[in-house]
Amino acid sequence: MQLVTPGIGLLFWMTITFSIVLFLLSKFAWKPILNSIKEREDSINGALSAAEDARKAMDALKSDNQKLLNEARAERDRMLKEASEMKDQIIAKATKDAKEVGDKLITSAKDAIEKEKLNAINELKTQVAVLSVDMAEKILRKKMEDRTQQEAFVNDNLKSITLN
Amino acid sequence: MFSNKYKITKYLIPAFLVVLYVTYAGLKLANAQHEVHTDSTAIVTGTETGATTHSEVSHEESATEHKPEKVDAGKLIMEHIGDSYDWHIVTIGHTHVSIPLPLIIKDDKGLHVFLSNKFHHGHEAYEGYELKEGKLINLSGADFLDLSITKNVFAMFVAVIVLLIIMLSIAGSYKSNALKAPKGIQAFVEPLIIFIRDEVAKPSIGKQYNRFMPFLLTIFFFIFINNIFGLIPLFPGGANVTGNIAVTMVLAAFTFVITMINGNKNYWSHIFMPPGVPGWLLPLMIPIEIIGVLNKPIVLTIRLFANITAGHIIILGFFSLIFIFAEMNTGLGFGVSAFSVAFTTFMSFLELLVAFLQAYVFTLLSAIYFGSAVEEHHHEEHH
Repeated sequence: MQLVTPGIGLLFWMTITFSIVLFLLSKFAWKPILNSIKEREDSINGALSAAEDARKAMDALKSDNQKLLNEARAERDRMLKEASEMKDQIIAKATKDAKEVGDKLITSAKDAIEKEKLNAINELKTQVAVLSVDMAEKILRKKMEDRTQQEAFVNDNLKSITLN
Repeated sequence: MFSNKYKITKYLIPAFLVVLYVTYAGLKLANAQHEVHTDSTAIVTGTETGATTHSEVSHEESATEHKPEKVDAGKLIMEHIGDSYDWHIVTIGHTHVSIPLPLIIKDDKGLHVFLSNKFHHGHEAYEGYELKEGKLINLSGADFLDLSITKNVFAMFVAVIVLLIIMLSIAGSYKSNALKAPKGIQAFVEPLIIFIRDEVAKPSIGKQYNRFMPFLLTIFFFIFINNIFGLIPLFPGGANVTGNIAVTMVLAAFTFVITMINGNKNYWSHIFMPPGVPGWLLPLMIPIEIIGVLNKPIVLTIRLFANITAGHIIILGFFSLIFIFAEMNTGLGFGVSAFSVAFTTFMSFLELLVAFLQAYVFTLLSAIYFGSAVEEHHHEEHH
């Protein structure tokens, strides 16, 4: 049958044409096209991976920042804590010192007061003694104004003083 | 998409029924008129027999007026899908409009080069040659070599020139448009190229795919563009290039030769020393393996040839139906034409798919054969 019998002419022309087409397209079309596609894909992949790297770097930077921030925060907290501790210490020490000084002052004041009190008591005693003597003198003077009484008294006393 | 399709079918069926009814009415009317005019055919028993007698009579009448030959669908289809020495475009009345193509014949008298219009459509002989039913015959009976630029060769040249223009211009736009998104026709071809590379070459061949890419792309686009051109019914298209066994045979031969050249040690050892086959089976296995190898290009040849030819035959068959029915009755011809056009439209869409599919299948199978030829030994040696 003619339909399934290949024609010599067509076989010949087909072989020649297809060879030429294969050669021309391979050299001038497929090679540059495939290379361009490859290049573009590489460049796109490169751009994508660069973007990914940039994102990662950004993340790293962000986490670094966070870390720094955290550190700063911790440092501040530590400093605050230290300061507050120091404050407490200073207050405590000051309180203690003040107390000590106060106590000392109080003690010395007490001592001085005691001393003054004793002095005062002694003074009072002396005064009282002087006054008593004065009073007694005055009383005695008064009592001993008349001569009889003086004699009586002396006599009484003399009586009491028994000569041994 | 679906609703659209549904709509078309919804309107197609009533339209077809209407056309059928009109045809039937026309037929009855013509029959009645005929009965009035011819008294000799008065013995009309029923409408159906009336219709047949009428069609025969009217055909005879028209035959004497116009053409002596009946519509021979088989011959018509075979002429369309076959090769020829001129490119027949249209026949108006008795005038054949066709493009004469050069004949190149080599015989013992030397080289004959002349245009096919010297034959006057097979009515005259020229330089000792004659066209008989589209076949070239040497009147002296001597052997000759026919290297004529036939319809298929010419159609292939046109397709190849278009292919070269497209691909070379695309290659240029890749240079001028480097590292940018594809534009225009470049954007249409690039997905196909990437498809061939990523879905055909890479999985079938493996890491050596780059070596075979130019050939795979060339056969893919060559077959694809010739298939598409074959579907165009007007002049530069319409030839049955990829549905010609010589063309598919050459394509398959290229694949076969490239497979043979690239076959590595592993490939040949699988043919001549199939692993794991006992020695006494080798006399049976080696011929089978060799037949298997030779079978591949034959399968490639026939698959493409048969698919494309079948598509052309179906479409031409539907169109022939119009003329076969029109021969019986003009109204019937119009009626069938609605049906034929609807089916041809459907078939044309199917053929568009087949045009791509067959190019893809041919490329894929070639890639698989190359893959088996360059496959490295990765079966364990000891088993």
